[in-house]
Amino acid sequence: MPNEFAFYLIAAFTVVFAVAAMTLPRLVHCALCAAAAFAGLAMIYLQLDAEFVGFAQLLVYVGAIAILIVFAVLLTRGDEVRPGHSQSSPSWMAGVAVAVLALAVMAMAILLSPSLQRLAPSAPVAPVKKIGEELMTRYVLPLEMVGVLLTGALLGAVVIAMHEESEVKPPARWPASKRAESGEAMSLR
Amino acid sequence: MNTPLSHYLILSALLFSIGLAGAVARRSAIVVLIGIELMLNAANLNFIAFWRYGPHAEALTGVMFVLFSIAIAAAEAAVGLALVIAIYRQRKTAQVDSLDELKG
Repeated sequence: MPNEFAFYLIAAFTVVFAVAAMTLPRLVHCALCAAAAFAGLAMIYLQLDAEFVGFAQLLVYVGAIAILIVFAVLLTRGDEVRPGHSQSSPSWMAGVAVAVLALAVMAMAILLSPSLQRLAPSAPVAPVKKIGEELMTRYVLPLEMVGVLLTGALLGAVVIAMHEESEVKPPARWPASKRAESGEAMSLR
Repeated sequence: MNTPLSHYLILSALLFSIGLAGAVARRSAIVVLIGIELMLNAANLNFIAFWRYGPHAEALTGVMFVLFSIAIAAAEAAVGLALVIAIYRQRKTAQVDSLDELKG
């Protein structure tokens, strides 16, 4: 079946790039692999007959969020791989064990449930016109709330990341190691 | 469409676990954010799969939920990355384990 084959191909693509995004040492590579994984998910939405969501995913994730992540990586450039510093936290094995355990529980629940083995019914019709009508009638209040939320998030992001030129950073905000080696901080105690 | 629903759910569970592992095991705040985005996407995939295989596809519930979820994920990513940049500016680092002032 060509459709089935396409699903497994896209699924393998998505999982490989998701693993790469989580394991590669360089942040730029992580961001680009994450963009590829998001694009793979958009393809899966298209394959599931949800065209509008697929293109929205492509626009928002691959077009906007991936670019935002790349910009954040470039603006925090001094944070790159330092020799002798591992990219993973000291307790990473516990974290991976938790993730594997979560996967095992979810996979067991999915595979043991007979009602989830069913095949798809005939393709539903989800034309953009119908989605627009629903957004303007039944979902108009959530739509307005999302507008308010996006405005608030936009303003909040600008305020948080705004560079305050005149601000003199107080020594108490320095990292502990820096504070210890600065004599000025010692005299303050 | 001869792929059973469970295959989509397994893919979603895989993506969720990969995102979870990255979010708890990596030190860079940006990779932690990417992991959170992956987990959100896995949940969205579940919504779309259940919508496609469910009995009332014409109600468009799954599609609508995912559209709103994508909008909220965009807001979350913008605020999260602004926080990372602000922290980096203050501390010259964005490694999550070096931000331990509130640790008892």
